[in-house]
Amino acid sequence: MKYAYFPGCSLKGTGRAYEESFLAVCGALGMEVEEIPDWNCCGATAYMSVDETQALALAARNLALAERLQAGAVVAPCSGCYLELMKSKKLIEEYDDTGRHIRRAIQAGGLTYFGKIAIRHPLDVFVNDVGLEAIRSKVRQPLTGLHVAPYYGCQVVRPFATFDDQRRPTSMDRLLEAAGAAPVDFPLRTRCCGGSLTGTVTEVGLRLTYILLREATRRGADVIAACCPLCQFNLDSYQREIKRRHGGDAEIPVVYFTQLLGLALGAPADRLGLRRNISSVRPLLAAWA
Amino acid sequence: MEIIPQRMRYDSQRDPRFAQDLMGSSRCKTLTQCIQCGTCSGLCPLSAYMDLTPRRVINLARAGFKNDALSCNTIWLCASCYACAVECPKKVSITDIMYSLKRLAIREGLYPKGSPIPVLAREFSRMVRSRGRATESRLVLNLYLKTNLLKLLGMWRMGLKLITRGRFSFRAERIERVNELRTVLATATAEAGEGPVP
Repeated sequence: MKYAYFPGCSLKGTGRAYEESFLAVCGALGMEVEEIPDWNCCGATAYMSVDETQALALAARNLALAERLQAGAVVAPCSGCYLELMKSKKLIEEYDDTGRHIRRAIQAGGLTYFGKIAIRHPLDVFVNDVGLEAIRSKVRQPLTGLHVAPYYGCQVVRPFATFDDQRRPTSMDRLLEAAGAAPVDFPLRTRCCGGSLTGTVTEVGLRLTYILLREATRRGADVIAACCPLCQFNLDSYQREIKRRHGGDAEIPVVYFTQLLGLALGAPADRLGLRRNISSVRPLLAAWA
Repeated sequence: MEIIPQRMRYDSQRDPRFAQDLMGSSRCKTLTQCIQCGTCSGLCPLSAYMDLTPRRVINLARAGFKNDALSCNTIWLCASCYACAVECPKKVSITDIMYSLKRLAIREGLYPKGSPIPVLAREFSRMVRSRGRATESRLVLNLYLKTNLLKLLGMWRMGLKLITRGRFSFRAERIERVNELRTVLATATAEAGEGPVP
């Protein structure tokens, strides 16, 4: 099955390492992935806060472009994009008048919106399409003894939990186990990272980020694995500032789960974007790369 | 300046029309189901920083206290984590209601002045409307130029780290068929019979 890849803006910017490691993992697993040509921004939470109709149209154009690829599903690694595309599809389906407006708008752009294609997250695709057994059999360098705090963030399971338990998701835990790592019990796995508040109301945003980092270190994690570019950015990039404000009990490497999977599957560190992390991944590289 | 801060709301301050319109809209019709249990406020990781808790916003909005509901910082601090919506025992779609209130606050010009959050939302949507994609580096630059120049200067270390790691885009991202997208957006607005975005 071919997947229509929707990168979203972050994976071409601050989250480049997510794109690199995601594609490296797909390659190692033999998945066929094609980037949606001329995709536009999903709209994110910001556009929805200003204009819902246009936000839906943004998402619908992407889905219309994806449907032209004859792919089985859209795969969106960014949790924000994943939710925005899914939520828009649902609203267009649920409300006849909204659906009519959006379909006509897409038509005016020379495209057709069918609303048939599914929207999936890599966690879902890796666990349920590729399968844990297949992944385990492809592991070349098991991450034995690596304690990972699996951090899911909010939007990958809320408000829609399509492939995992809403309150205690485990798909990332299972993937990391398949890669030979030892996930630690991390009860804050779906607590909000602060989102874009780290940039707007920094004192509030960084407090939320700090709570997650501190809890992961308390739980004995060597590393936090994220599955959303905004979560990863918040947890990875502000640790110096967090240390200044809240003290030094929250220093820990933060990577994408795809970077860990990639290492286990034998992909070279430079193809996984591991030199892009700001928190120190040196011990990780020394041991596994 | 108020000498005695007003804690009480008077019936004369209500705008029944506002409440009626809000609950008549498809995204906010669950407002009526709220039993004021406060699960949302207890769960919300941000309620401690809000001037009104989510529970209060729900109650004020449906009673028609338009000014309170649209000018509070609550709706802007909501980071859309959906924790409240998922746990609400009456299935009130709180996050969607917050979105509706944000949009109304922008249309009415009632968002808290000086708050960078609505500024970011508007800058973001402007950028996407004109280029089809958001460039994070430029977005942050625009935001701080408009709201807090000092903060921008304090960000030099972070900027440097992002640049050396190839995570900072100097080029403004743009889709190829921007005109096609603009047609789509303008048609959507016209089809829905909405006014232009302020």
